[in-house]
Amino acid sequence: MTLPASGTPILEATEIGKNYGGIVALRDVTTTVRAGEVTCVLGDNGAGKSTFIKILSGAHRHTSGELRVDGAVRRLASPREALDLGIATVYQDLAVVPLMPIWRNFFLGSEPSRGKGPLRRLDVPFMRRTTHAELLKMGIALRDVDQPVGTLSGGERQSVAIARAVYLGARVLILDEPTAALGVKQAGVVLRYIVAARERGLAVVFITHNPHHAYPVGDRFLVLNRGRSMGEYAKAEITRDELTRLMAGGAELEQLGHELEHAAPPGSATERIAEQLTDPSPGGA
Amino acid sequence: MSTETAAVTVGPARAHLVTRLLRRPEVGAAVAALVVFVFFATVTEAFFTPGGIATWLESASLFGIMAVAVALLMIGGEFDLSTGTMVGSTGLIVGMLSTSSGLNIWLAVLLSLVFALLVGAGNGLLVTRTGLPSFIVTLGTFFVLQGLNLAVPKVVIGQVAVQGMEDVPGFYDVRWLFGSVIQLGAAGLQISIFWWLGLTAFATWVLLRTRPGNWIFSVGGAPVSARQTGVPVFRTKVGLFMTTAAAGWLVGMLSLFRTSTVQASTGVNEEFIYIICAVVGGCLLTGGFGSAIGAALGALIYGMTYQGIVFAQWDNNWLKAFLGVMLLGAVLVNTWVRRQAEAERRKPA
Repeated sequence: MTLPASGTPILEATEIGKNYGGIVALRDVTTTVRAGEVTCVLGDNGAGKSTFIKILSGAHRHTSGELRVDGAVRRLASPREALDLGIATVYQDLAVVPLMPIWRNFFLGSEPSRGKGPLRRLDVPFMRRTTHAELLKMGIALRDVDQPVGTLSGGERQSVAIARAVYLGARVLILDEPTAALGVKQAGVVLRYIVAARERGLAVVFITHNPHHAYPVGDRFLVLNRGRSMGEYAKAEITRDELTRLMAGGAELEQLGHELEHAAPPGSATERIAEQLTDPSPGGA
Repeated sequence: MSTETAAVTVGPARAHLVTRLLRRPEVGAAVAALVVFVFFATVTEAFFTPGGIATWLESASLFGIMAVAVALLMIGGEFDLSTGTMVGSTGLIVGMLSTSSGLNIWLAVLLSLVFALLVGAGNGLLVTRTGLPSFIVTLGTFFVLQGLNLAVPKVVIGQVAVQGMEDVPGFYDVRWLFGSVIQLGAAGLQISIFWWLGLTAFATWVLLRTRPGNWIFSVGGAPVSARQTGVPVFRTKVGLFMTTAAAGWLVGMLSLFRTSTVQASTGVNEEFIYIICAVVGGCLLTGGFGSAIGAALGALIYGMTYQGIVFAQWDNNWLKAFLGVMLLGAVLVNTWVRRQAEAERRKPA
C-alpha cells in the first residue's frame, strides 16, 4: 500500500458520537488524522478514549456524526474492513496469541499462502524469514521465531505487534495505551517506534493518559473528558503544563479547592485539603 | 520440498532439536503408546501377531477418527458432547431410510451426512451467537439426539435397532467404501484404519500448513486477539462443529457397514473417550494447543489397551480405571512439558 504525502488527511471525524442504549459514551468529537503526523488522544479513565478508537478501528459503529476515510464517508463494520482500508490497531492486549509461535502470530489473520486449489498452503519459509527480518528492523534479534509469543517480554511483544501492523500495510497505526504497562526504559523504546513510524509517513494515533509520553512525540493533541472533546490543539498552541492541566480537569479541581476554602473554618482538615487543591506545587499530597 | 529446506537454512536459526521435540504436544502420547505396545507385546501372545495388530488397529481407528476431529475442535477452544450419539443417529437414519422407506442407499448415506452437518452447524451457531459454553449447548444436543435415536425408530420401524441391511439393494456397493477389508501380508486390515490414517494426515496438514489451521489455534488460544487481527472466528468455529459432526457421520457409516446393524444406543457415552484421547494426545482443555497426531496416538493407546486386556484375558472393567489413570497422567505430563517450553526464556540467549 503506498503512503500518501505527509500532511494528507486520512481519517476525518466530524462530531462523532456513540450511545450504548441510553448511555452516551462519546459525543461531538472532531479531529483529523494526517499522514506523517502523530495524533495523541489524551484523557483520564472513562474519558471515552477506548470508545473513540473502537470506532476508528471498526470494532464499534458510531451512532452520530460522520467518519471519512480518504474523503469518503464510512461506517466501519468490522476490524477486517478497517484493516483493508489500511487502519491497523495495536490493542492494549496486543492481539497476540501467547501459545502460538512468533511467526504464526506475526501473520495472524493475513497469512500468505502459495500453491493452488487443494494444495494452497502457508508460505512457511517466507513467513519465518520475514518475521525474523522485520523484527530485526525494530532492533529485536530473535534467537528463534518458533518461540511462543508468551515467552517474550512486554516491550518485545509490543514491538512484535507494532512491527506486524507496519508490515501488513498500515497507513494509520492506532496504538491503545502502548506505554501504560511498561517501565520507563521500555516505554522509551516504544516512543522511539512511534517516531520511526511517523518518519516512514504513517499516520499514528497514540492513545495515552500520560501527557509526559504524549508531548514529546505528538504533533496534535485531542483531549477527551467524560465522553466530550476538551479541544484539539497543535503542538505550537499548547505547552506540556497546559496539556497536563487540561487533561486532569485542572480548572474543575481549582474551582473545587476555592469552594472548600470558603466553607471550611480556619485550621481545619478541610482547609488543608483545599490548600493542596489550589496549590499546584508537587508534594502537597 | 528441497526448495523449502534450502529457504529455511538462510532464515532464522532454529532451536535445539530437544527443545523443538518438547514443544510438540504429542511427545507424551508417543512415549506412552510405545510403553503400552511393548507391555502387551511382552505379556500376551496374540498382541504382536498380524491378526492381533489388525484387531487393535481397527479398534483404535473408530475412536481415532472421532478423536482427531474432537482435537481440532478442542484446539479451537470448544467441546462437543454430541459426537457419540451422532454415530448412532446417522447410522439409524441410513438404516431406516433404506430398509423401511426403500430409499436408494447412496441417497440415504448422503442425507444422513446432510443431517450431521446441519446439527453441527446448529451447535456452532448456538455457541457463537449466544456465547453460551459449548459444554452446555452440546450437552443439550446430546440428550436431544439420544432421545430421538430411541423414539423415532420406534415410531418408524417399531423397534430400536435396524436389521436386514444386507437385503438392501446396493448395500455391498457402499460396503466397499466403509466396510471392506484390505489384505496386507498376513493381516486383513479394516478400511476404517485407512480412513483414520488419511484423516489424521489431512488434519495435521490443515492445522500446521494452512490458513484455517492458523485460525483454529488462534480462536482457541485468544478469541479476542483472533477477532482483532481479522480472523473469521465465526466461520472457523462453526466449521469445527460441522467437522466433529461429519466425523460422527463417518464413524456411523463405518460401523453400520461393518456390522450391517445399528442400535439406538450406538455411540452413547463414547464422547468422553474421544475427549480423553485428545487430551492424552496433548490437547489443552483451555484450547489453543494440541495436535491431530497426538489425538490419533491417544486413540491408538486406547485401542491397544482395549484389545490388550482382552488378549490378556483380564477383567474388562480394568479398562476404565486404566483410562482414568492415563488421563490424569497425560494432564500432568502436558502441564510439565508446557512449563519446560515456557521456562526456556529465562535462560540466556
